[in-house]
Amino acid sequence: MSNLFNSMIAWIDKRFPLTSNWKAHLSEYYAPKNFNFWYFFGSLALLVLVNQLLTGIFLTMNYKPDASQAFASVEYIMRDVDYGWLIRYMHSTGASMFFVVVYLHMFRGMMYGSYRKPRELLWLIGMVIFFVLMSLAFTGYILPWGQMSYWGAQVIVSMFGAIPSVGEILQQWLLGDFTLSDAALNRFFAYHVVTLPLVLLVLVFVHILALHETGSNNPDGIEIKENKNPATGIPVDGIPFHPYYTVKDIVGVVVFLIVFCGIIFFAPEMGGYFLEYNNFIPANTLQTPDHIAPVWYFTPYYSMLRAVTVNFLGIDAKLWGVILMAGSVVIFCFLPWLDRSPVKSIRYKGPYFKVALTLFVISFFVLGWLGTKSPTPLYTLLAQIFTVIYFAFFILMPWYSKIDKTKPEPKRLKE
Amino acid sequence: MKKITIALLILCLTPFGVSASESGMPLDRAPVDITDNASLKRGAESFVNYCLTCHGASYMRYNRHRDIGFTNEEILNKLVFTGQKVGDLMQSAMRKKEGEEWFGVVPPDLSVIARARGADWLYTYLRAFYRDDATHTGWNNLVFDRVAMPHVLYQLQGEQKLIVKISDKGEQKSLALAKPGQLNAADFDKFVGDLVNYLVYLGEPHANTRKKLGIEVMIFLLGMLVLSYALKKEYWKDIH
Repeated sequence: MSNLFNSMIAWIDKRFPLTSNWKAHLSEYYAPKNFNFWYFFGSLALLVLVNQLLTGIFLTMNYKPDASQAFASVEYIMRDVDYGWLIRYMHSTGASMFFVVVYLHMFRGMMYGSYRKPRELLWLIGMVIFFVLMSLAFTGYILPWGQMSYWGAQVIVSMFGAIPSVGEILQQWLLGDFTLSDAALNRFFAYHVVTLPLVLLVLVFVHILALHETGSNNPDGIEIKENKNPATGIPVDGIPFHPYYTVKDIVGVVVFLIVFCGIIFFAPEMGGYFLEYNNFIPANTLQTPDHIAPVWYFTPYYSMLRAVTVNFLGIDAKLWGVILMAGSVVIFCFLPWLDRSPVKSIRYKGPYFKVALTLFVISFFVLGWLGTKSPTPLYTLLAQIFTVIYFAFFILMPWYSKIDKTKPEPKRLKE
Repeated sequence: MKKITIALLILCLTPFGVSASESGMPLDRAPVDITDNASLKRGAESFVNYCLTCHGASYMRYNRHRDIGFTNEEILNKLVFTGQKVGDLMQSAMRKKEGEEWFGVVPPDLSVIARARGADWLYTYLRAFYRDDATHTGWNNLVFDRVAMPHVLYQLQGEQKLIVKISDKGEQKSLALAKPGQLNAADFDKFVGDLVNYLVYLGEPHANTRKKLGIEVMIFLLGMLVLSYALKKEYWKDIH
């Protein structure tokens, strides 16, 4: 039996680099042996991606991208399609969980300096993945054609209208109509199920290729490749990804699935955060809801969009909002060059960085919470303060990271 | 489009008027138990008698009610009045145009109303109608001011009147029964409770299956957790 198997593999290897790739990316890909909790989220993001692709395919079989039928077709899936409710909840919960794992994945990178040389490009590819993910979430949220789908999309699309001179034309070009209508629903459906998933898959593949070129960072933020066993050429602090991290990631997957299924089966609306209550009302183009709030994963940026209330520097408040909102996401791309610390990991960074990162996380959460609320003068003031803190984390980083008192990095991994 | 843009962005920047559900009126807790088939069946019959005339539940099929204990025959006898088939969707008997002419708005479809409004809101709303000659239906509602819907259940509940008390805390509104109906207060609450329970079921007919399957999935995953952790420990023995 094993002879037959070996000869089959040999047959394939002559025609396709199977064994060599298996070795290069799994059984002889050496990862640092000290990965902790924060290192589960890369593989989990991959898992959620597969979940979204598979459940998405089944949803497409019954969903109708038509303004007069979309809402009803979603309810048809929820009621009359066998296990349609499960597929739909897996997809809607998956959308939110995608952001949960990607945010944690990004936060890991920020804590341990995974964006630093030589992984700048890896980080940038990751950022493009994040932008594509945001577009996927946006185009996907429109599809049920509920009140929040419609009016949330109106807010987002109207941001393009705020761009001087070309804004209005750009907006019409995006919508294929003068207002958000069936034409837009159709094209957003096309982006959501064909264009963006294709782009995402390619980018994820490239992201992993780039990762395997530089090798993974680790909680100590030192390069394991700098300390190789002279006889074998293998990093002394590295272990083969397979089987060690494959079996470890399976534990992560099961724990994740417990949380994921807990939501799907017992709280699929997640208190109105994953499925908004207002989105159970069909889109009504004549009735603006009292309160428009995006889904939770966009609320921090939404807060910043609303934070500017006065015109200054000759730019009006509305455009400032759009600039800040776009800037708040794009600014992550500059992290590799903003961080001037001699060490990568938070373990060896000084108090300035730790305080800055803590303030950043607090501001992200506060802005997120504010984004779910109707603005009041107090909330707007809070949004302004935390927007400043959010940006200060990035803009002041070249200084505080340079003058911070760091600890010396160890030569070998500590655990 | 530009006007919409400006209006929307202004909307984002200004505090909104309080919505009906946040009108300050505390909501009563609805007695929801979607495993209680007897209550769901009573609610379903009330629903087709009192609601389905004007409102549709057009994402729901009649024969889905087999899940809560009706037989096909019972469904045809007790739930279907409009000559529809047992596998048909629960369409309203009223045409949209008529609704608009009579009430000013098309009565909303109720299939997922419980998911949009919440059970407590519905339970309070259906019991909070009062006489108000200033509106064109002659009825008003404490949780939904100037609602277009008249008090459909007034024969059962009777007529309530509004009592406004002015104290240091401001206006306090409450309702009192002015003319009794066919049911006493407790029975009427139970009637509305069953109806709202049914509306919750109607919002997500598979909710019971979902929870039941969820428990099985959780048990499986916990078993998987033990196995996968043991596997991981076995492999990692030689690393630590």
